[in-house]
Amino acid sequence: MSDDALKIGEFSFSSRLFTGTGKYPDVETARAALKASGCEVVTVAVRRVDLKARGEGSILGVLQEGGYTILPNTAGCYTAKDAVRTARLAREMLDTPLVKLEVIGDEKTLFPDVPATLEAAELLVKDGFTVLPYVTDDPVACRRLEDLGCAAVMPLAAPIGSGLGVRNPFNVEIIVKHAGVPVIVDAGVGTASDAAFAMELGVDAILMNTAIAGAKDPVRMARAMKAAVEAGRDAFFSGRIPKKLFATASSPLEGVIGSTQ
Amino acid sequence: MLRIVVNGEAKTVAPETTVAQLLVELGLGDVLVAVERNEEIVPRGQHQATELADGDRLEVVHFVGGG
Repeated sequence: MSDDALKIGEFSFSSRLFTGTGKYPDVETARAALKASGCEVVTVAVRRVDLKARGEGSILGVLQEGGYTILPNTAGCYTAKDAVRTARLAREMLDTPLVKLEVIGDEKTLFPDVPATLEAAELLVKDGFTVLPYVTDDPVACRRLEDLGCAAVMPLAAPIGSGLGVRNPFNVEIIVKHAGVPVIVDAGVGTASDAAFAMELGVDAILMNTAIAGAKDPVRMARAMKAAVEAGRDAFFSGRIPKKLFATASSPLEGVIGSTQ
Repeated sequence: MLRIVVNGEAKTVAPETTVAQLLVELGLGDVLVAVERNEEIVPRGQHQATELADGDRLEVVHFVGGG
């Protein structure tokens, strides 16, 4: 389906799997997993340079070599002000308008602070950013973010890194039905069936990190996620059969040997 | 000497040190970083021309893997 492009603001993508770049055991595994996932968009975080212990080169080189579209995040920010500062620092480095807005409201669940996310989204949209906000699976919050001019909404499926899968498929479906911008499930996917299930709800894409990076074989899981996202997308458009309590035979009922008629 | 704070750490630098010189001093001359000085971004194009002042607070950031 080459015409099934995902459009976000001025950008257009053919892969509907976005991947994070954190938590990989090493850079080589990250490189191979990203390639296997077929993703075009990758997220990165902005952090202080450690002035005492300069590590090996950042992952940025790998991402730029791979030709990926880089989506900087504001992960770790607990206030609108810090999120806006972080987004601007990212833009200063990459000259990209893209930002994954994340304003966390609670350390234990990493659930977003929705009022602060709205506040930051408004400032960033006004400042020319293409804003993709991480948000709770709340249809009203998603609509507010869309109204503010966000280019997509990214409801969580479950807490970040939890691997619980889509905890509230009905809300996600409502968000999909109401949204005028792409809906990207961000966080909570644990395995391939979770990804396929989310896509079957009609979401436009999925962003995941831990599910791939934390798997025992990240490269193989990346491949599984690619297939799952594509399968779920196809299934969503295929018009699944209704669920029924009792059986309907697949083989003809007539002409069975030994029948008396 | 100027007393400044870089990424939360106190540091002293010579008078008239520029942002570009500070980055070289920190071993970051050829690394993609962004610099905030007292919560205002110093655009890359102004690193050479921006001299530090006593009491400046700087944030020097880069990209790392993240979700």
